[in-house]
Amino acid sequence: MHEKIIRLVNVSKSFNGHQVLQDINLGISRNEFVTLLGPSGCGKTTTLRIIGGFEVSDIGDVIFEGKKINNLPPYKRKLNTVFQRYALFTHMDVYENIAFGLKIKKVEKKEIDKKVKEVLKLVNLTGYENRETGSLSGGQQQRIAIARALVNEPQVLLLDEPLGALDLKLRKDMQLELKRIQQSLGITFIYVTHDQEEALTMSDTIVVMKDGRIQQVGTPQDIYNEPINAFVADFIGESNIIDGVMVKDFYVEFAGGGFECVDKGFKANEEVDVVIRPEDIKLVPADQGMIEGVVESVIFKGVHYEMLINGRDMRWMVHSTTMEPVNTKVGMQVIPYDIHIMKKVRTE
Amino acid sequence: MKKRLLAYPYGLWIVIFTIIPLALIIFYSVFTTDATGIHFTLQHFKRVFEPIYLSVFLRSIKIAAVSTIVCLLLGYPMAMILAEKNLSKKSILVVLFVIPMWMNFLARTYAWMTLLEKNGLIATALGFFGVRLPSLLYTENAVILGMVYNFLPFMVLPIYSVLVKIDKAVLEAAEDLGAPPITVFKRVIFPLSLPGVSSGIIMVFMPALTTFVISRLLGGAHFTLIGNLIEQQFLTTRDWGFGAALSVVLMLMIMFSMSIALRYEKENEGGGLW
Amino acid sequence: MVKTAIKRIYTFLIFLFLYSPIIVLIVFSFNSSKSRAHWTGFTFKWYVEMFKDQQIMTSLYYTITIALTASIIATIIGTIAAIGIHSMKKMPKAIMTNMTYLPVLNPDIVTGISLMILFILVKLPRGFFSMLLAHITFNLPYVILSVMPKLKQLDNQVYDAALDLGATPGYAFIKVVLPQIAPGIFTGFLLAMTMSIDDFVISFFTTGPGVSNLAITIYSMARKGVSPKINALLSLMFAGVILMLLVINNRMSRDNGRRGENVI
Repeated sequence: MHEKIIRLVNVSKSFNGHQVLQDINLGISRNEFVTLLGPSGCGKTTTLRIIGGFEVSDIGDVIFEGKKINNLPPYKRKLNTVFQRYALFTHMDVYENIAFGLKIKKVEKKEIDKKVKEVLKLVNLTGYENRETGSLSGGQQQRIAIARALVNEPQVLLLDEPLGALDLKLRKDMQLELKRIQQSLGITFIYVTHDQEEALTMSDTIVVMKDGRIQQVGTPQDIYNEPINAFVADFIGESNIIDGVMVKDFYVEFAGGGFECVDKGFKANEEVDVVIRPEDIKLVPADQGMIEGVVESVIFKGVHYEMLINGRDMRWMVHSTTMEPVNTKVGMQVIPYDIHIMKKVRTE
Repeated sequence: MKKRLLAYPYGLWIVIFTIIPLALIIFYSVFTTDATGIHFTLQHFKRVFEPIYLSVFLRSIKIAAVSTIVCLLLGYPMAMILAEKNLSKKSILVVLFVIPMWMNFLARTYAWMTLLEKNGLIATALGFFGVRLPSLLYTENAVILGMVYNFLPFMVLPIYSVLVKIDKAVLEAAEDLGAPPITVFKRVIFPLSLPGVSSGIIMVFMPALTTFVISRLLGGAHFTLIGNLIEQQFLTTRDWGFGAALSVVLMLMIMFSMSIALRYEKENEGGGLW
Repeated sequence: MVKTAIKRIYTFLIFLFLYSPIIVLIVFSFNSSKSRAHWTGFTFKWYVEMFKDQQIMTSLYYTITIALTASIIATIIGTIAAIGIHSMKKMPKAIMTNMTYLPVLNPDIVTGISLMILFILVKLPRGFFSMLLAHITFNLPYVILSVMPKLKQLDNQVYDAALDLGATPGYAFIKVVLPQIAPGIFTGFLLAMTMSIDDFVISFFTTGPGVSNLAITIYSMARKGVSPKINALLSLMFAGVILMLLVINNRMSRDNGRRGENVI
């Protein structure tokens, strides 16, 4: 499991003087489902394209099974890609699309027939061989794009926001389906998305990126529970981010009060970001909380209520299964374990 | 990466067959050659501004402008009618509109000679009703008619293509806001169609300004427009210098009117010559 | 009701205006005398005699060979050029595109004369070859301007996908890119053919003695009266074009019908 199939070493890339990737170092294991996550323009797609061979890095190396493949063209790489807008060949039918790669490899006709049938079964589209690609729904086209890549039995499958064009319900179904396919084939998936929920649902490992740099690499649990900085915290789930001062170990001041916490190792009186998840704030009667506030708005979100509470010159987002009416005075309580202290991210 | 090299043979072609020939025209317009060598001169351009030649320019501009206006007046209602027809009928009408262009342009212009001449079909038909007209052929009006005939589709099609793209909901919104049909036209349809109108004007005005065939066939041997003047310099009097100067002035006029239209089009977005 | 009547009448008058010369041409191709104004009786003889007329047959031959050769060459050079221009950076791309527009926007008479000067200066004898070069020159923009939008529409990912599946760049181009831009190439070719067949001005200045296309022949006959044999030939060509349009239209609507079913 710990043998790395792909490594990026000190990879940097710029387009027209604009630095898109800066010093990316990343190792990806066999059979791993890795997600590159970040807002648009963070360099995640460029990273994928460098792995796929569609871009060449300015500096740094791409290593595949121990061999440098920096300048190997895409058609010589042992990996396949599922493109964002499917990129199906619209002048060919489903069978011809899927058989495209096999025909190039001069696989026998009988063998091609068999493999196309198998892979169509894998993506639940048995019997669709002779359909025109234009006649398929978005979800079906997506499955064909996946089948077309998988039929070549790549060791690594690259997926560039493959579910971006699908509606919410279909996207959820396909997320589970992709995870199922990855587990049943036992190959590496490198998945690019800007949707944090998607990343949390499917991944073994999440790589959070911003402005061409890797911010944090970890399991979904790590990333969610122990975000390394305010950006990651905010990007993965919603957060209240407050300016604070770390007075001493285990003691932080913010929002006009001093509170106990579980973090240490900061300089005395260092300015920090304090991150509190909305679901970690408990509402208590007004005089019993750490911070007092007034409910400004309430939105019903299905599982919980999302409330904005005005208190101590700022607005707190609180998720709660019980509802307090607007204009009620409430108290807010957070246990020390849920107060996350983070170094300020230098804004360039 | 190396794909852009594919454009190089074409680039070479443009240089040899477009850029160099145009450079030659400019060269001949400002240089004369004689036994002692090559001399810079502005005499050809001075001649262009002599009254007789100036009057040819003015007449050409006038005739082209009149033809353009007639095309616009006749073509705009036609484009509106084409644009409002229901779908299947519409495409047939548009095709019918384009088909005449598939008959050789010279032959169609020649056919007008048949229609317009002294004992031609129109004169005979009118004579039948007792109407006697002075000769129709070899007049300025015949030239304008020939231009309107040949270039009308160039006015109608761009306007049509803009009109059909106007969202019906926009018109309904205007009506909903209380605009009577005339106001809807004045305040909504016409402004939205302006890019098409400006393309149409360019596409009619430019060939009308530069033609020498229509004026020769329908205007007669002595009917001179800029095009005829240029043709004469190269094929009859063999005064390349003067002919080149005339060509340069013609190109400048075209560039000038294009740049006005293009600026206008940029402001309005869309339409386009294509 | 009155409004629709007015519209109908207006449409009819405009179409009458557009078609009357064509009707005259066709009608007089069946006229038994050479008169271009007086109907003297019905005959088919011009349709037979035109095939025996050396001048008409030669100009028809030149019209078709030049149009065909020029459009084929222009289609090949133009398609290759369009691909090159498409992959250029912004600045050179803008320069090339503008240069492509030049022959389209330049008055025909200036294009024709400038080429004539070039051919005279390099001592290229004017005739078939010079006219061919001129036709290729004015055809190229139409091909390029038809292919470029198709390349712009083409999803770059599709080409990437072919490479990803193991296709070499050449194979990917032939199997994936070419079929998708084919309609643009075909449109460009047809446009070029049409322009070539119809061209008078540029041919007039770039050809030499003994080599004339139909337009030039008609022009030279116009003063003395065009032979009804020409009327016959043009009517035949016109009928051919309409027939072709009908066939294309038929096939397209059938294709559309089929595609329509699939979409649903």
